[in-house]
Amino acid sequence: MEISLHINGVSQVIEIEDDNTPLLWVIRDVLNLKGTKFGCGKAACGACTIHIDGEAVRSCSFAVKFALGKKITTIEGLGDRDRPHPVQQAWIEEVVPQCGYCQPGFMMLTAALLDKSPNPTDEDIDKNIINVCRCGTYYRIRKAIHRAAEIAAETQDLTAK
Amino acid sequence: MSEKKKKKISRRKFLVRGGLGTVGVLAVGAYVFRNPIRRGVLNMANSMELSYLGNTDNPMIWFEIEANNSFVLHSPKVEMGQGTFTSLAQIAADELDISFDKIKVVHAATATGNIDGMSTGGSTSVSGLWQPLRELAATMREMLKLEAAKKMEVDVSELNTKDGVFSVNEKSLSYAQVAQGVTNWEIPETPALKKIEEYKFIGQPLARVDLMDKVFGAPIFGMDAELPNMLYGAVVRPTKIGAIFKSADTTKAENMPGVVSVVQEDDFVGVVANSLVAAENAKQAIEVEWETPVSLQTEDIIELMTVGNGKSTIIQKEGRALKDEQGVVELEFRSPIGAHAQIEPNGVVASVEDNKATIIISTQVIGITRKEVAARLGLEEEHVNVIPTYLGGGFGRRLHTPHAVQAAVMSKAVGKPVKYFFTRKEEFQHDLFRPPTHHKLRGKLNDQGLLENLEHHFVSGDVGNNSALIPGILPTIIGADVGAIRGGFIQYSKVPNYRSVYWHVQLPFATSWWRSLGLLANTFAIESFMDEMAIKAGKNPVEFRLAHIQDDEAGRRLSNVIEAAANKAGYTDEVVDGRAMGIAASTDANTPCAQVAEVSIEEGNIKIHKVTVAMDPGIAVNPDQVKAQCEGCVNMGISAALHEQMFVENGELRPVIYGPYKMALMRHAPKEIEVVLLQGTDKPGAVGEPPLGPIGAAVANAVFKLTGKRLTTLPLSLS
Repeated sequence: MEISLHINGVSQVIEIEDDNTPLLWVIRDVLNLKGTKFGCGKAACGACTIHIDGEAVRSCSFAVKFALGKKITTIEGLGDRDRPHPVQQAWIEEVVPQCGYCQPGFMMLTAALLDKSPNPTDEDIDKNIINVCRCGTYYRIRKAIHRAAEIAAETQDLTAK
Repeated sequence: MSEKKKKKISRRKFLVRGGLGTVGVLAVGAYVFRNPIRRGVLNMANSMELSYLGNTDNPMIWFEIEANNSFVLHSPKVEMGQGTFTSLAQIAADELDISFDKIKVVHAATATGNIDGMSTGGSTSVSGLWQPLRELAATMREMLKLEAAKKMEVDVSELNTKDGVFSVNEKSLSYAQVAQGVTNWEIPETPALKKIEEYKFIGQPLARVDLMDKVFGAPIFGMDAELPNMLYGAVVRPTKIGAIFKSADTTKAENMPGVVSVVQEDDFVGVVANSLVAAENAKQAIEVEWETPVSLQTEDIIELMTVGNGKSTIIQKEGRALKDEQGVVELEFRSPIGAHAQIEPNGVVASVEDNKATIIISTQVIGITRKEVAARLGLEEEHVNVIPTYLGGGFGRRLHTPHAVQAAVMSKAVGKPVKYFFTRKEEFQHDLFRPPTHHKLRGKLNDQGLLENLEHHFVSGDVGNNSALIPGILPTIIGADVGAIRGGFIQYSKVPNYRSVYWHVQLPFATSWWRSLGLLANTFAIESFMDEMAIKAGKNPVEFRLAHIQDDEAGRRLSNVIEAAANKAGYTDEVVDGRAMGIAASTDANTPCAQVAEVSIEEGNIKIHKVTVAMDPGIAVNPDQVKAQCEGCVNMGISAALHEQMFVENGELRPVIYGPYKMALMRHAPKEIEVVLLQGTDKPGAVGEPPLGPIGAAVANAVFKLTGKRLTTLPLSLS
């Protein structure tokens, strides 16, 4: 069947076999955006985290039919090398990734958190940042989240002026 | 412009080959069953610093010069997060005399000829390549210099070299300009290397070379690989331990939509379909008859895994053994089955056509993967090109790649490329686990409150014994598993009477390499016991440890990290504001590491606030990434020591998903990790595993101060 998805600011018409297919596989294998990762397929690790209308969603367990008419954002749409999102800028400054496989999920989850809590406390972070990182980069992730909040605030100040 | 032309070079080898090969040679022969020799070999294996065993004779298969005067370094070691690529770029740039940002590191495909016959593992990549890579880069630079002198018609000695440009008087030529058109390279003797002080990039905390790709979601992992006309494969796996394949009814699966072929071999049944979902569905529809042996439970494994069962080998012995005598303190410790749980599942894309195979894979064993695929398909090894990718975590899990063989067999059967990866359930049930262990520690104090005796008896399942990396005969020769014994030695050799005894038990399921091998469990047991003895002696645990460490090079380095960690943390035996400190130390692959954990009890749970790490890896090629490895090991160690545990339920390994398989998350990770790096030798040593040793005991020792309760079982729990 033919469906239309609004992804990373662009509407795309694609052909899929079954609209119960998890959104993750449509993103990865039909739209060929590989930044969103498969980790467990059961919404248990968060490697596949994306945004749907700004909310963090684990796309491995989210049928594509529920994304119709909504705005999907993946790591590729968060920012790019010329214009990194504050979260990506902070991840660069703190040199967060090791193997890096889980990091797009963490960055997407963080971006969604900052949208709601522009200046999250450590408790906010503990409560909301619940993805799994096997390399154990949590210490730098926490620093980067605080740094991202600063960068976002600075950017906003500049925009306001 | 590519400069990859192979050339036979006859001159001295870059390095004397050592490591495991030498261990084998030494052990075979007249001395095979002489126990002191055996112990010597085991001690070597414990402190192993493997030299690089690949091709170090030819700079041309390591480096490519691009037209824009940048270099490509073809790394035979894979990047799995440990930061090796970045360190290699720093090392090569310094001897090539080019800027760090002018070097790009890629994985060497086996077709380039730069094949790593061993593995990426054992924390040996940077230390093993330190000497050969500097020599290769310096030789490459001198080769370019010789050509530059010819092209510029000057004597070599007149040339200045800087940032990839040769200059003399007003004239200059870039490396790329020099390389253009050269077909017959002159190979000089290996030039003298620069002095350490002359290096501009080595020793600097530079950003990772893969940072941007990883922040912007570039398709760099095995899971991201694709080939044209690719199909999807799936392989049927049993859920029960020890299940043996009897027969399969594939009729239903064959007729399902999207199924291209069902591939039935002697040792596996796979299905190939035109989509991932179709392959998975068809796999579920295959009815397999398994022959299943006895149904095991966790308790059966614990009973089996008990000191006294199986065969023992004394791996370390000094003075007399303890008997049943007065004043002996004895404690027992246990560690559970641990899963790798790396987030990127094992996967592969294989394409077999016209007696040639291409294998794109996240692997730690490039050469072994090639060998196994070639052997199964009856191909020449030269006709199998293994293309490694970035790894979404390695941790030892990717030292076994039978799935590459299965994918290749399926691809050959359908004549198209096949992509195949594990489901998460398969990852958990068919992991090659960290084996469970049991330890019996015994000690006795003298009148001065110092240890007169210290004994470590421990039992472990296999770590290296069943691995293609270890020659099959080796375990028999040395009588112990080279992986299980890591960290199992007594490092307090001032104790007059000490010994360490390894017991081997064969488990009914596969266990193997898990980051740091035996170090995590062995250090937990020995270092918890050291604190117990310090308390019995009425001594400060830091001073108690220092009093038992030998005044030799290894001993001094160990003492230094213990003192550095204690000083930096402001170590105290007092409980302050409900927080206590615990200390522990270990030496792994010649890298000593000490950690102090600051802990409280909150709502009945162990809360780790801060961990201070002091480590002496020798030269830190990239201090920021060495610190990153320390931070990562602390968190992975906390995860393993406080949260993780696989169970055996009715013959099945469980749980099979994150969540139920408890792991450390953000809320469990310490908010502060402070790392102090010492440099006690003039070369780089192991980094990626040594910091996993101390954390379990450091936390348990702090908990004892808070509760008076000695925790002896991992994962640590107060209930």
